[in-house]
Amino acid sequence: MNEMWLGYCAAGLIGIGLYGLIVNPQPLHKILAFNIIGTGVFLVCAVVARRGAALGMGGDPIPQALLITAIVVAFAASAVAVALLVRLFEVEGRTTLDEEDASTRTDRDGRGA
Amino acid sequence: MSGAPTLALIALILGLALWIVLARETFAAVAGFIAYGLLLTLAWVGLSAVDVAMTEAAIGAGLTGALLIGAASRLRGGGYAEVRTRRGLAVRVLAIAASVSVTAVLVACLGMLPEPSPTLVPLVADNLAATGVGNPITAVLLAFRAMDTLLEAIVLLFALIAVWSLTPDAAWGQRPDISHDAHPQGVLAYVARVLPPIGIVIAVYILWVGADAPGGKFQGATILASMWLLVMMAGLARAPPVGSAALRAWLVAGPLVFVAIGLYGAWEADAFLAYPDGFAKPLIVVIEIALMPSLAVTLALLLAGAPRNAEAVP
Repeated sequence: MNEMWLGYCAAGLIGIGLYGLIVNPQPLHKILAFNIIGTGVFLVCAVVARRGAALGMGGDPIPQALLITAIVVAFAASAVAVALLVRLFEVEGRTTLDEEDASTRTDRDGRGA
Repeated sequence: MSGAPTLALIALILGLALWIVLARETFAAVAGFIAYGLLLTLAWVGLSAVDVAMTEAAIGAGLTGALLIGAASRLRGGGYAEVRTRRGLAVRVLAIAASVSVTAVLVACLGMLPEPSPTLVPLVADNLAATGVGNPITAVLLAFRAMDTLLEAIVLLFALIAVWSLTPDAAWGQRPDISHDAHPQGVLAYVARVLPPIGIVIAVYILWVGADAPGGKFQGATILASMWLLVMMAGLARAPPVGSAALRAWLVAGPLVFVAIGLYGAWEADAFLAYPDGFAKPLIVVIEIALMPSLAVTLALLLAGAPRNAEAVP
């Protein structure tokens, strides 16, 4: 049942990441929260792989190989997000997505992203 | 792994995730994320996914951590840390409700997973001998699902193109600058001289051993990339100009070899990326050796970002 506990941990991580993604207006924190959601999804996938263990293999190698691909692609996506953020900062001089901090805007419905 | 250690690990992982999400200071959050990635590595080992654990440690914690620390320090100048970091109570309550319900649905789904679990292990075990490699993960990555790996290498290239596309017009064709103002006799410069020879040997070893044991080109490429980054950060070498034809040749060489071998398979074995009988192992080794330098250069330059200082002439 060990792997199931890690599965519940992964579900918790996805929840925590989602909270951070919604609540924190700073894009860099959003990238972090998004990465936490990502690792949670990977962990769920790994639990499924672990449950497929048979014939002396510790887990189903197909989902495990896809996870390696996923981690590398997640890094690439983070790199693009960070590059966008740094460029935004250079052009605008600020990085928050919070409408309330953009003094020229008047609508206050507070949609961040 | 069993019982109490697993529960302690889970508590640490969840605690760190909360810390990352709630931290107000960006640097603290990023530092927490690196520790979190390393702890996750233990979770992967606990799930018997050693190859994934190595990838997570190298890329998930290492490279992503370095990327985010670099971003945090670049953004620090503009009052970034002082931006108000919390929303109103109503938004927070709704966010908590959303995250708790997502978690609850996921836990319910995990409880409904079929028993016994569907598995492709028997298929992999039956066909492993035909590939000539001993590590089932490598067999999946480069034989059974080679198309995924090819597309992934190309996704990395596209990501690099996207990052370079954000270059200001004035800086186009120049060098990304990631050097710190390191003292030429300082610790960073010293480490950047001593570590790379060792790192390169380890990277090649991990590539080679990947055929039969945990390891492979992604892990090896990440180590190579970090060695190169170390040398560039210490100011011992400069990043290549993004317009350089030689650099672009390095970037596409690996994927091109992969595609060429795929086409050879289409001609010789009747399917794109199929390997003729008896040639699977050598072709896989050729692909791995060709991909590793391209992947290393791509990963390092993704981290280095777009060139930005317009005054430096290449």
